[in-house]
Order: sequence, then C-alpha cells, then structure tokens
Amino acid sequence: MSSIAELTESKELFVNLTLRELRGKYKRSVLGWTWSLLNPLATMVIFTVVFRFFLKVEPTRGDPSGLHVFAIFLLCGLLPWNFLSNGMSGSMGALIANSNLIKKVFFPREILVVSNIASWVVSFLLELGVLAVVLLVAGNMVLPWLLPVIGLVLIQTMYVVGLGLLLSVLNVYFRDVQHFIGILLQIWFYATPIVYPITYVRDALKDRSELFTLYKLNPMVRFVEAYRDCLYDLRSPPLFDMLYLFGVSAATLALGVYVFSKLEPKLAEEL
Amino acid sequence: MADAAVTVEGVSKRFRLYHERNRSLKATIMRGGRVRYDEFWALRDVSLQIEEGTTFGLVGENGSGKSTLLKCIAKILRPDAGKIRSRGKMAALLELGSGFHPELSGRENVFLNGSILGLSKRELTARFDEIVGFAGLERFIDQPVKNYSSGMYVRLGFSVAINIDPDVLLVDEVLAVGDAVFQRRCNEKFADFRRAGKTVVIVSHAADAMRTMCDKVAWLKDGQVVAEGRSEDVVDDYVDQGHEDRVEVTAEVAESRWGSGEVRLQDVHLLDAAGRETSHPSTGDAVTFRMRYRADKAVSKPVFGLALETLDGTWLWAHHTRDAGFVPDEIAGEGVVDLHVPNLMLQPGTYDLSASVVDYTTTHQYDYLRRCLRFDVEHGTPRESGGYVALGGQWSSDSFDA
Repeated sequence: MSSIAELTESKELFVNLTLRELRGKYKRSVLGWTWSLLNPLATMVIFTVVFRFFLKVEPTRGDPSGLHVFAIFLLCGLLPWNFLSNGMSGSMGALIANSNLIKKVFFPREILVVSNIASWVVSFLLELGVLAVVLLVAGNMVLPWLLPVIGLVLIQTMYVVGLGLLLSVLNVYFRDVQHFIGILLQIWFYATPIVYPITYVRDALKDRSELFTLYKLNPMVRFVEAYRDCLYDLRSPPLFDMLYLFGVSAATLALGVYVFSKLEPKLAEEL
Repeated sequence: MADAAVTVEGVSKRFRLYHERNRSLKATIMRGGRVRYDEFWALRDVSLQIEEGTTFGLVGENGSGKSTLLKCIAKILRPDAGKIRSRGKMAALLELGSGFHPELSGRENVFLNGSILGLSKRELTARFDEIVGFAGLERFIDQPVKNYSSGMYVRLGFSVAINIDPDVLLVDEVLAVGDAVFQRRCNEKFADFRRAGKTVVIVSHAADAMRTMCDKVAWLKDGQVVAEGRSEDVVDDYVDQGHEDRVEVTAEVAESRWGSGEVRLQDVHLLDAAGRETSHPSTGDAVTFRMRYRADKAVSKPVFGLALETLDGTWLWAHHTRDAGFVPDEIAGEGVVDLHVPNLMLQPGTYDLSASVVDYTTTHQYDYLRRCLRFDVEHGTPRESGGYVALGGQWSSDSFDA
C-alpha cells in the first residue's frame, strides 16, 4: 500500500526531473531546442561527405521501398546510435552531478538515471519524427511502420536503462569507467553498421561465417538493422532478431537493476 | 505514553577511512581488490524512542555522530547494524536549496524541489503562493535562481521544505538562516508545527536554542548516547561538561564559570533603591545590579553583560554594555559596573541572573558566571495576572464603566 503511494510520488518526481533535464539542456542558447536536431544533422552532413563521397560507401537499395539515399540510410542507424551513446554518457554523470541531492535528500536514486535517459528518449523521438517527415518527402510511406518503431524504441530504452543503471553506479566507485566507456563507444560505433551497410561485413567475412555470427551478437547491429528495416526498407525485421533484442535488453535491464540495488545503499558515502 | 514516531534500535554506523583515496580500477586490481582503510564507528549501538508530537534534540560536539544519526533516520545513510522505524511522512532540512537547478526559474525550482521532497504537483500548486510569500520572493520568482543572493536561495529552500507539512521534520542546524525578519517567521512556523502535534528532530550545538525549543534531548558523544531526557537537564549537563575543564569556580554560588580570566567578576549583587542588598525585590521596584570586577592587566574595550532566565530555563532578557554604547577604552585594576533599573517589570517568581565580561567582539569570554545570583520577585505594583513580565498596561472601555 505504501509502496504504491511511494510509486505515484516517484512518478511525479520522475516527470519533474526529466523536465529539468530537458529544460536545463538548452537554456541560454539562442537556438534552444533546435540544437537537438542540428547536432545529428551536422553529423549527417559530415559523414555523408566523408563516407559517401570520399570513401564511396554504397548504401543498400531499399527493399521493397527502392529508396537509395545515403543520408537517409545513415540517419536510420545514426539516430538509434546517438540515443545509446547519449544515454550511456548521460547516465554515467547522473549520480555524480547530483551528489548534493543524494547526500541530502532521500528518494529512489534510480530516478536520477532513468529521468536522464528519459530526456534522451524525448530527443530521440523528436529526431525520429523529423526523420519520418524526411522519409515521407522522399517517397517512403513510413506511417504504418511507426508503430513497430515505437516498439523498437521501447526495447532499446530497456537496454539503455539497464546499461545506464550499471554504468552510473560503477562510475561512482571507479571513475575510470567513463574514460573506458569513451573508448568503448568509439569501437562500438564502427562495429555497428551505421556508416556502412551490413552487407560489406558479410561479404568481407564470406569465408569466416562464424566471425559474422560473432559480429551479429552485438545487439546494436540488430537494433540498427531493425530500425532500418522498418524505416528505410519498409519491411518487418526478422522475428528472431526481435526476440534476441528483447531477450538481451531484458537481461541487461535485470543485471542493471540488480547491480544498482546492491551498490545503491552506500552511494551517499561514496560520492 | 504516546506512540513512537521514530524508533532507533541498536543502530551502528561504520565509516571507512581510506588511506589512499585512489578510485581507479588499476589501483584496485594492483592491490588485489583489497583497500587499506581504518574503520571508524560514527555510531555505536544507539537506541532512542522519539515520541509522536515531541520536539527532540540531538546535541553533541562536532564528530559526536549526531548528524550521522539524523542522516540514518532520513534514510540517506544505511546503518550497518540495527533498525530504524519511522511513521508518517518525513522531510529533512539538511541543506537548503540542494537540488536547485541554477538555470531554472524560482518557480520551476519550487516544483522540482517540492517533488524531490515528496509533494505532488497538486499539493504544490495549492501551496505555491504560501511558499513564495513565506520566502518573500514574489518579485523574483520567475528569475533564474543563479541570480539569487545566497540569502534568497536559502530562504526559498527553507520555505519549500517547511511547507511540505510532514509528520516528522528533521532539521540540521539550519535555524540560523536569513535576516532577523525571516528568522522570526521561521521560529513562528516551528512553533505552529509543534502546536499541530508534529514531531521535530533537531540537531544542533546551539545549547540555548535547544533548551528552549526541545521537549527532550539526547546527548551524543563518540557515537554513543550519554544522556537522554528532559531538555533542560540534559542540555545543562552538556553545557557544563563542555566547560568543565576550564572552570574553576570561585564565586561559590555560580552554577558554573568559565572564561580566560583577564578580567574576573568578583561578585554580583542586587541592590534596592536605598542601595541595600536584597534578594526579594517587588514588581515595579527600582533596583540596581552591581558587578565588581578586577583586571590584573589593562584590558581594552571590555563588554559587561547580564542575562535573566527563569527556573525552567527560558531565556528572558539580556543586555550588554556594547549595545548600550557604554564601553570604556580600557580598564585596569578593580572597579564596579552598575545597571540601574528604574522599574523591575518582572512578575512574582524566581529568576536566575548570569553575568559576563567579554571582549568587544562578544565572542571571547573573559569571565562568565552562569546563574550566579538567584532572587525572588514579590508582589508589587503593577500587579498583573500571570506570566514572567509585567507590561504595566491600563484597561479601559468606551462601552462601559467599571
């Protein structure tokens, strides 16, 4: 009974903290919210110039959509990647940045991490909305596919929250975590088919199919492929991939919650 | 016996004092996962019952564990042993305005801070005007809080916290915030709070404030409860113990005495209008308090002071020569200081006088005689109905004669 009351109280706190993150993020910048769109746009322009025109990366042709535009191909992978990367970096700082709160007030600490990630979910959805408009203009009738995309966002959010809980609390104990994650994110970015189509890797590993299987263990490979299936190709992602993603995300979330709950009681002392 | 609002059972809290504060993975692995540290027990087997509706004080010197205990009660720290149970909604005033976001406006921060402390948006909307009015920040509420002065910042934080209306309020030395007007408003709010039968737990080393504010006090020393009971008794013991080392009671009547001794108060007398010593003046009498001092070496700008308290420890009055603008440049040798009171406006009762001589900053005590003179006031003129002070007012009415 009291836990239900606590939960509803926490819900308000969660909403308020998320709003704080969102409002605080672009306060005192002239363009404000536009930055949240300009950032991925700038990355898109740079990557398109470098990978499409200098390195001659050939995007796949949308099947069955027939779309063949590198910039859109890129965005379908880049936006989910940015969500992961922002969510991880943001949650790593969430506890340390709010140490004054943790040391002075009691409230469920995981809210700090979850509300930070929630603010990135909002940005992500906004970016996806803009991408959807671009896709419509480019002739992709993407509207019926937005529902499965929302489902994908939910699964990926589970995954990111799991990682965020894990990293946030580990980072309090070992500050190297954030430096380590900085490097890991770079490797991870290129180990995910964002700037190149997955067919390049498949072809390169033609004779070493076990390595390709290993490559596909990376959940972000299948996340990006699934987003691309829905948005770029306009086809359903393979059921097995969805089950795999759901399983990995649920397991990551469980691990994150477990580790967080183990280390959380000592937070106020360690910070 | 009333129900316990907070029950503390055998609580111990250990802190680790690390020798090397190296939080890197490499260092941890090199040491094989072991870290060298000393253990420090901030609390050892503390048990307390705080009854509902009481104002409970925790006193003790710095490092005695009182703040740690408060944080354990507030669930910020988790004790290593023992249990703490509490009933009802709890709010902690540990640091005011913690959690304010500098870029957000005062209005947004009130909602944010309130929800951190556990208020719903509806409750906050209902109390918003009261919160802002209490902090006196109506004009600035839509400004970002980074533009606030530190006083405004703290006032808003206090105002949010005090308006949460919890059943149990935990307070850590925050009573000394803001200007005099705000202080008075805070004290009134605390009084309302106590009158409404809420439980308050206060941590402080301001002994005088604790004596008057709290019903019960626990005295902590080195993480253990030394004494617990009625606030007057425990606080007096605590204060006396704190000065024990320096005290050398020469004025045999004084309850305790301390000070550095450059100026000594030799005795303190109460004289009637004719200059004779008295111990039972009447209300309305002209009296004189006379202090005799001795300074072996010249002391510049000493400030003499007198204070009155009642037997139950209520601080009634104090006055010193600096506030009266009566400070000599220098004194040496023996001398006398008188305070002449034309009308002793005290109602019948027993009063204790404390006398002191301090330096011009009033922070360094040359000599302090606590409760050095006790006297009984007898019925005189005006004769009023009750309380400690006589105001000498006149009843009148345009509507009737009496």
